[in-house]
Amino acid sequence: MDFRLTEERQMLQDALRRFLADTVTPEGIVEATGTATGFAPALWEQLTELGLPGAMFTEEQGGFGGAGFDLMVVFEELGRAGLSVPLVETVLSGALLDAAGMPVDDLAGGQILALAHTEPAARYDLNRVDTRAERTAEGWRVIGQKAVVHHAPAAKAILLTARTSGAADAEEGISLFLVTPADVTLRDYPLQGGGRAAELTIDATLPESALIGPAGTAFDALQTAHARATAALCAEALGMMETVKTLTVDYLRQRRQFGQPIGKFQALQHRMADVLIEIEQARSAVINLCGNLDGPDRDLHVSATKNLIGRTARLVVEEAIQMHGGIGMTMEYALGHFAKRLTMVDHRFGDTDYHLERFIRQAKSRAS
Amino acid sequence: MDLSFTPEQEAFRAEVREFLNDKLPKRLSGKVRQGKRLTKQDYEEWHAILNDRGWLGVTWPTEHGGPGWDVVQRHIFEEETTAAHAPRVVPFGLAMLGPVLMTFGSDEQKAHYLPRILNGEDWWCQGYSEPGAGSDLANVQTTAVRDGDHYVVNGQKTWTTLGQHANMIFCLVRTSKEGKKQEGISFLLIDMNTPGIEVRPIVLIDGEPEVNEVWFSDVRVPVANLVGEENKGWTYAKYLLTHERTNIAGVGFARAGLASLKRIAGEQQQDGRPLIENPFFAAKVAQVEIDLMAMATTNLRTLAAAAAGQAPGAESSMLKVKGTVIRQQINALARQAVGPYAQPFASESLDEGANAEPVGPDYALPATQAYFNNRKLSIYGGSNEVQRQIIAKAILEL
Repeated sequence: MDFRLTEERQMLQDALRRFLADTVTPEGIVEATGTATGFAPALWEQLTELGLPGAMFTEEQGGFGGAGFDLMVVFEELGRAGLSVPLVETVLSGALLDAAGMPVDDLAGGQILALAHTEPAARYDLNRVDTRAERTAEGWRVIGQKAVVHHAPAAKAILLTARTSGAADAEEGISLFLVTPADVTLRDYPLQGGGRAAELTIDATLPESALIGPAGTAFDALQTAHARATAALCAEALGMMETVKTLTVDYLRQRRQFGQPIGKFQALQHRMADVLIEIEQARSAVINLCGNLDGPDRDLHVSATKNLIGRTARLVVEEAIQMHGGIGMTMEYALGHFAKRLTMVDHRFGDTDYHLERFIRQAKSRAS
Repeated sequence: MDLSFTPEQEAFRAEVREFLNDKLPKRLSGKVRQGKRLTKQDYEEWHAILNDRGWLGVTWPTEHGGPGWDVVQRHIFEEETTAAHAPRVVPFGLAMLGPVLMTFGSDEQKAHYLPRILNGEDWWCQGYSEPGAGSDLANVQTTAVRDGDHYVVNGQKTWTTLGQHANMIFCLVRTSKEGKKQEGISFLLIDMNTPGIEVRPIVLIDGEPEVNEVWFSDVRVPVANLVGEENKGWTYAKYLLTHERTNIAGVGFARAGLASLKRIAGEQQQDGRPLIENPFFAAKVAQVEIDLMAMATTNLRTLAAAAAGQAPGAESSMLKVKGTVIRQQINALARQAVGPYAQPFASESLDEGANAEPVGPDYALPATQAYFNNRKLSIYGGSNEVQRQIIAKAILEL
């Protein structure tokens, strides 16, 4: 039992925290959201040089990390900065390509691949795929729609799931394809929490070689990819909570009303103490997930942690806005961006209730 | 970062399990599991078994007869003993007074009292709270006035847990009214058999006389029973409280409570199915289980920091608040799970060997009793509001 970071991870954390503190501002993030890619490409290159994509992969895969705690260290810092870069996409794509026996060294070197899996009618169900792919004489005929494809506008290529057999909600029959932006139509837009995504429509014939891995077998890899991406997102949420906490405590010390700092009022002290307690719980939950990411109880911890993070994120955001008062409602102050980005964590990879129900199923199947 | 235990720690766990398997009387674990009343003799029996093995004073160093365990070993021991339904170790002498005497007591006090705590000759109780000093602990009004070789003590203590079993009490008494209220407090060891002491039980909302009022009328206490220096008692009192809070999270109790809740909700039927399969109820159980999983790790993080030499400070306040709230939520769900049979209050069935059959399922009354009894958790040891205050001041620096 050891809760200290290894020397390597500590160095990465320190370097990343320094770099992001010097480079990134909430205003810059909001401004980048208005550009074509939704983030500054030069910044992504710098982060790649710092080793961020590389930390997502093991040495055998061409990286220098790959464990749950590597994800935790990196994403907590990205969260602290409130930054939107396509690193969750690296985690998702990396797990999918790796499961298909494909090399991931390009991803470790900073290549951006978006994942188009979720569909307008699928909500958070990973098994729900209505997009169809049929083998024809010319190749794969693929027709369907994908929802909220993060970083699709910046991606050079897109991993796309389509059903090659089975009913719309069958776990079997889901296949993975690699498509180019030319194969699809994107309607791109900014996101509430910063960065860009797109609605994707595909009605195209893809070459035989577009299929990644054996047809119809992508579901397990999708689960693994989403487990890892959920760990990353939860760690990012934790980092955002830390920033929101710092902003709020600073505000409680500085803002004066009725002749004293508002932090002297017991009503606010107790609310802030509860926020702090819950953030420590969130940190423990992220540690639990990252420490079990390669273990037999992975999915139990995925759902436990995502549920707890969802509840805590809402508490932290709502309490922070309330304790700030009017200034907490504006985008002229840093809290606004973090409040929105942190709120959106519950809208990706399954929300609080989705994972509570899934936790019950996981716990039951473990017990039996 | 590593969530696993070392092979040595796992071997230690196996050793504890084997010991519990061999030495924990089934009669005692059965009573704990069924929520029966534990007698003074039950506690003493278990203490003696632990003491024979040298495992009674878990926080004590070897020089004073403790096992010299590190925090992780203590954690494992606590996990295993609660999972095995062992009676709790009564903390007043072992976890509270012992460490104070080791740190601040005279050589004579250490030589006399420490062995008697271990061998069960003395049963200690805690004379801290007073009617006017609850969470505001320093507001001590009980006085001790020097008269030759004695202090003469007058006043009243309250919430004295299991004081009816005790032959000794450690007390905070006021020896000076000068300066701040914290400055005139002294720490006295008092024989409960001294003339002028009267103990009156207080029946709690679960119907049990778990706590007492203790009255002092011109009680003469030898000056040799003063711990440390006169008027420095607040320092020792605070030291004691940090030890009181080392197991404040109560993870083991929470786990045992959750297991019991799941058993009850598995047996209770609603609409032809076990209650635990009702989605609304299952969701509430799952949420508190998720909180407990995180809480267990928060506790381990604090233990690991303590093992690395950081004194448990305000972090223990976070553990206290979260740990007690989780346990109370589990108790509330268990009470809810019991259903209509939460109502009968036939508590004579809680005595071992009682002729009275329980009314309804045998788990019904204990679950309801635990709910009422554990409302104390967020009040004692510094109410949760006091803990939030400590967090606000010491961690948030507001």
